[in-house]
Amino acid sequence: MRRDTAARRGPRPGCGLPLMLLLPAALAVAFLLLPLMALIVRTPWTTLPQLLLAEDARQALQLSLVCAASATLICLVLGVPLAWVLARTDFPGRRLLRALVTVPLVLPPVVGGVALLLLLGRRGLLGRYLDTGLGISLPFTTAAVVVAEAFVAMPFLVIAVEGALRGSDQRYDDAAATLGASKLMVFRRVTLPLIAPGVLAGSVLCFARALGEFGATITFAGSFPGRTQTMPTAIYTALESGDTDGALALSVLLLAVSVAVLISLRDRWLSGVPS
Amino acid sequence: MTPRPPALAALTLSLALTACGSGAEISGAEPITVFAAASLTEAFSRIGADFEEAHPGSSVVFSFAASSTLAQQILAGAPADVFAAASPVPMTTLTRAGRATAPTVFVRNRLQIAVPPGNHAQVRGLSDFTRPSLKIALCAPQVPCGAATEKAFNAAGLVPEPDTLEQDVKAVLAKVTLGEVDAALVYRTDVLAAAGVVDGIAFPEADKAVNDYFLATTAEAPNAAGGSAFVDYVLSARGQRVLDDAGFDPVT
Repeated sequence: MRRDTAARRGPRPGCGLPLMLLLPAALAVAFLLLPLMALIVRTPWTTLPQLLLAEDARQALQLSLVCAASATLICLVLGVPLAWVLARTDFPGRRLLRALVTVPLVLPPVVGGVALLLLLGRRGLLGRYLDTGLGISLPFTTAAVVVAEAFVAMPFLVIAVEGALRGSDQRYDDAAATLGASKLMVFRRVTLPLIAPGVLAGSVLCFARALGEFGATITFAGSFPGRTQTMPTAIYTALESGDTDGALALSVLLLAVSVAVLISLRDRWLSGVPS
Repeated sequence: MTPRPPALAALTLSLALTACGSGAEISGAEPITVFAAASLTEAFSRIGADFEEAHPGSSVVFSFAASSTLAQQILAGAPADVFAAASPVPMTTLTRAGRATAPTVFVRNRLQIAVPPGNHAQVRGLSDFTRPSLKIALCAPQVPCGAATEKAFNAAGLVPEPDTLEQDVKAVLAKVTLGEVDAALVYRTDVLAAAGVVDGIAFPEADKAVNDYFLATTAEAPNAAGGSAFVDYVLSARGQRVLDDAGFDPVT
């Protein structure tokens, strides 16, 4: 079935390339890639190894990878079931709920960070009980970085998985159900394997978004080397203090990691996302 | 990364105003764009309003952020007429690049400890900043308030245990007003500006870490005449009185 779609989408031989589409497409490519090229051109390649081997840079990269991976895990555990609820169940207010849970997608991340502080900070709606009851104070900890990243990145996963669920053939689920499988069993043994490419694509987007998260992180978790200073905050700090070379070195590293993640999975999995 | 919102707003505003004032019938109709250290927010806003009143038809737009950020933006071509920095370093960045001329020290500022009202952690002095159990916010060492902070702790012979290093002094203050930290080091002027929301505690080592604030017109000012008029106004008795009220120390 997928092969059919691919064939239909491919360019048909003998058809002239419409300039009306090609021209803006070329402009779009230039618009998206030229800034990145400028970054690469201006990168201090000769001193790059020293800049990246610096303690702060190494710590920031390690912290970024660990936090983004943890955030992606949280998003998977919570987001896939949410996507299932949004795609496969029907209840009043479902559309409103979908709109609401995707708000972090369009919310300025700094606002997300403030909102997290007002909920989970020491004076926050819930945070005050965490603080006085359990002695847990979330802000300025590595856990806070993970929370901020998960908050911002989860909608990416939910949307991707929901799309995959809507695109997958529900008759397989129905068939399994008629054979006596429980709803949970159907989900685990039939639905999930069918939408695996979509889940993976969603995870990749989610991870990439978490890796680049800045606004919510610096607001909710602050910035401290080795504890809460991720790559984007380290880049910001370096840039602010006039250390352009350091900032560029970190930027090009973050760019390389992101591109590697996207490329390694794009061909195999992203094409499997039903539109 | 991207320019911070206040800078962006100032830029957009100045562009919008430039576009509108094409007639230029009143001299000074072109806005005066002032890039100033975050700690000058309240005092300069007040001075700006006074200036506009004293020069009918003029308008002053501000971009308040960390001095180091603003210096980078001006280097990158941001159309500022006046630059006010909270320490010599960002100003030197501009003068070395030939982007600002003849900076003058126009006020001084000193640090104070800021605590949430009530001071539940019972902070008394700088030595409390070494208590690991306290949540502490400081300025990052790369920005002027952070440099002053380092000087103060060096003078006290203490190594603080901060939980976060913020990019400008207002971000540090925000962590105190939100009650997320037990103590922070900010400028005395910030404590005064946030009176009622934070409590200030003076400490003796602050004398060893007084910041000189520098003021200059920029080399490529779109409105050079307006810029120097504003600088003169800040240095005048009226301007200095506003700064004095805000808690700044006079230069002499």
